[in-house]
Amino acid sequence: MTGSIAPRTEIRLAGEGGQGMILAGIILAEAAAIYDGKMAVQTQSYGPEARGGASKSEVVISAGEIDHPEVLSADVVVTLSQEAFDKYASTVKPGGLLIVDDDNVRSIDVPEAVKIPIGRLALHTTGKSITANTVALGVLVGLTGVVSREAIEKAVTARAPRGTEEMNRQALQAGFTAAEQVREGGSK
Amino acid sequence: MNDHIREAHGLEVDEGQLPAEDWFERSETLQKLRRNKKFPTIWCSGCGIGVVMGALIRAIDHLGLKNDDVALVAGIGCSARMPIYMDYNTLHTTHGRALAFATGLKIARPDMKVIAIMGDGDALAIGGNHFIHAARRNMGITAIVINNSIYGMTGGQYSPTTPLNSRATTAPYGNIEPPFPICDLAVAAGASYVARSTVYHALELDKFISEAISKDGFSMVEAVSYCHTTYGRINKLGTAADMMRALKDTSISQTAYGNLSPEEKTNNTKIVRGNFVNIDRPQYTNSYSSLITRIQGGEQ
Amino acid sequence: MSIKLMQGNDAIGWGAIAAGCRFYAGYPITPSTEVAEILSRELPKVGGKFIQMEDEIASMAAIIGASVGGLKSMTATSGPGFSLMQENIGYAAMTEIPCVIVDVQRLGPSTGQPTAASQGDVMQARWGTHGDHPIIALSPTSVRQAFDLTVKAFELSEKYRTPVILLTDEIIGHMREPVDLPDFKTIQLPEYRLTKKDGEYIPYRNEPGDVPPLANFGVGYRYHITALFHDQQGFSTQRVDEIDPWLERFNSKLDKHLDDILMLEEDRMPGAQLAILSYGASARTSRHAMKLARARGQKVDLMTLLTIWPFPEAQVEALGERVDRIIVPEMNLGQLAYEVERMVGRKKVKRVTRANGEMVTPQMVLDALEG
Repeated sequence: MTGSIAPRTEIRLAGEGGQGMILAGIILAEAAAIYDGKMAVQTQSYGPEARGGASKSEVVISAGEIDHPEVLSADVVVTLSQEAFDKYASTVKPGGLLIVDDDNVRSIDVPEAVKIPIGRLALHTTGKSITANTVALGVLVGLTGVVSREAIEKAVTARAPRGTEEMNRQALQAGFTAAEQVREGGSK
Repeated sequence: MNDHIREAHGLEVDEGQLPAEDWFERSETLQKLRRNKKFPTIWCSGCGIGVVMGALIRAIDHLGLKNDDVALVAGIGCSARMPIYMDYNTLHTTHGRALAFATGLKIARPDMKVIAIMGDGDALAIGGNHFIHAARRNMGITAIVINNSIYGMTGGQYSPTTPLNSRATTAPYGNIEPPFPICDLAVAAGASYVARSTVYHALELDKFISEAISKDGFSMVEAVSYCHTTYGRINKLGTAADMMRALKDTSISQTAYGNLSPEEKTNNTKIVRGNFVNIDRPQYTNSYSSLITRIQGGEQ
Repeated sequence: MSIKLMQGNDAIGWGAIAAGCRFYAGYPITPSTEVAEILSRELPKVGGKFIQMEDEIASMAAIIGASVGGLKSMTATSGPGFSLMQENIGYAAMTEIPCVIVDVQRLGPSTGQPTAASQGDVMQARWGTHGDHPIIALSPTSVRQAFDLTVKAFELSEKYRTPVILLTDEIIGHMREPVDLPDFKTIQLPEYRLTKKDGEYIPYRNEPGDVPPLANFGVGYRYHITALFHDQQGFSTQRVDEIDPWLERFNSKLDKHLDDILMLEEDRMPGAQLAILSYGASARTSRHAMKLARARGQKVDLMTLLTIWPFPEAQVEALGERVDRIIVPEMNLGQLAYEVERMVGRKKVKRVTRANGEMVTPQMVLDALEG
């Protein structure tokens, strides 16, 4: 006979196709499953085209077995585009964490949203806006601790194309730092 | 044989009459026919398909191939029944798909001579896409297309090679679709060897089929035949013998065609017999073997 | 090996390699394409061969041709391609040539929703090709099971000379989970075929319940294969006295080996009057719901089918005798539920269906357990 449901943390990462949110989900799941020894399931959905449209990656992390693989009630939602925000911001559960890239999302009608200019941070830190997904992972882990910093750093480094490891580490660190500032500012 | 066909032709065939005991022993070639399959064939008396079967057997015999090393793959239709009677590895597949099955078999057994036998409807209508892609890949298969300009087995419906204005059971007012030039199609798609002859020119067929089987690449022989039972009857073309004779009169060798004036060539309505393409291109299974060698050698 | 985060489709590719598959023919189609991509990369490394054919009809034909030539062969597709393959799936069934067909189900009918999940091909897997025929379909519920059941699919296909369908879905195919795959060297399938000539060969020997071995082309048995009704030697026949014994053997060849073929998982609770029966991705939802239901005090059994076809009639019948009500969640309008109803009667079955591309939720199952 199987026991009860192990507590699960449900994370939804959304952005435009091409922003690397599916990869961010994979990295987060790898951090949990390979480096932190937890269970993780990553699922995804894209628009009909391979590029453009809203793209969504979901990660469920638990210390125990994960049955239903998709997010049921998101503990954390991260949105990097207006379309993603409009579509998924409302799916965060009451009391959950909504992280918004206010560099890319102009119209934010949710007062509790944690606004961080993720796109600009990426550009300032690495010179490449494509590292925004890594910055977002830094923010997410810095604010939630859903996986350890060591695990996410290893996972990011392992997935980074050769020669971009240091750049991605810096992007991740920028995310950590931004998260710390939010915590210190007390502005959840 | 069906009674209606027998009646239509006033044929007197005793189906109970089996070949004499020493029938096989009399001929080396005939020994490539199966012993454990009951004859006669399903083909109507006078059909040209048997001539192609004879040519194929003689070609394989001429090349000295072992029966075990030959595979015949056929689709559906009168022509596709041919492998039943021949003593090789024989695969009777689905309509139009012979070349797709043959592709898998050739890749699994590149050492084997894989020969696909198809009719015109089989190869060019339902199987047209497989035909052009097997040619494009230069898959090491010999395709023999027996072109009788009609769907014979289903009783005489028009096919992709039925001549314009000819009649068929589904073209009762004459066919308004132009026919496919099979050899041109094979050449355009990239075949390494392309030839055409007729069932009247049996020795030429032997030669072309033999060359086609020897070719390491996609080779195609169009064997122009006839269907006196359906096409001939509907279009009032006479008996099997009449239609066989017509192949002699309505075809022209490539050499003779070459000697025609430009104007005569433009107006030519005869079937040109000859070997139109014989080139060397990388054969698919050789290319794949090289790929395996490269990858196993450590290339990324 | 070590723990890796892996997609279901990749696990299927690795399962094929581990099982000794050395030929893949396919045509690109979402959401199955990753299976083709991984095998195009990995097959040549082990001396195997990959080809992208002109369509799914040709892909299915090519894997049968290669199988006759002696290679364990596979294709992968999704709904629209699975429809095209039906013609030659029938051929493989009729001629008893082993092959594995992966169907990563997506929302249909027709083009439907390429990236959306579905379990709408359950009945097509059973009856998609015309005429009565035996077939095996297996359905994994996790990435690891996608690997294991692919290996099993090859084993059953070779052993019983039948096409085997790995009936998975977009969720299992695309989701990533940590897996620790076994060392492929530990996976050794027995050789069920005749790979060299040894005495007389009757390719379609008619012993009831028997599965005569398949001789690869080229080993010295020059025999005939046709999808016309055939006699024991493989030649077409219209004689009823030859067709009848063949029919009997053919249509019963799996029945005598159900212990080997039927795989299911049961999680029983003493005194349960309710049960959830599911498969594929919906089985994950069902297990989730079962745990929630038990946590709130309901006694609920769970049955997860890994073998969909042949349908595990006796096991489902027994479940129906044990409980009052069986909830059948699935991402279609009740295709497997038909079979459950056939075994236990309509009154005992409560369908939980969703056919809009979204998964059934645990709450939908919980509501059904309440009602």
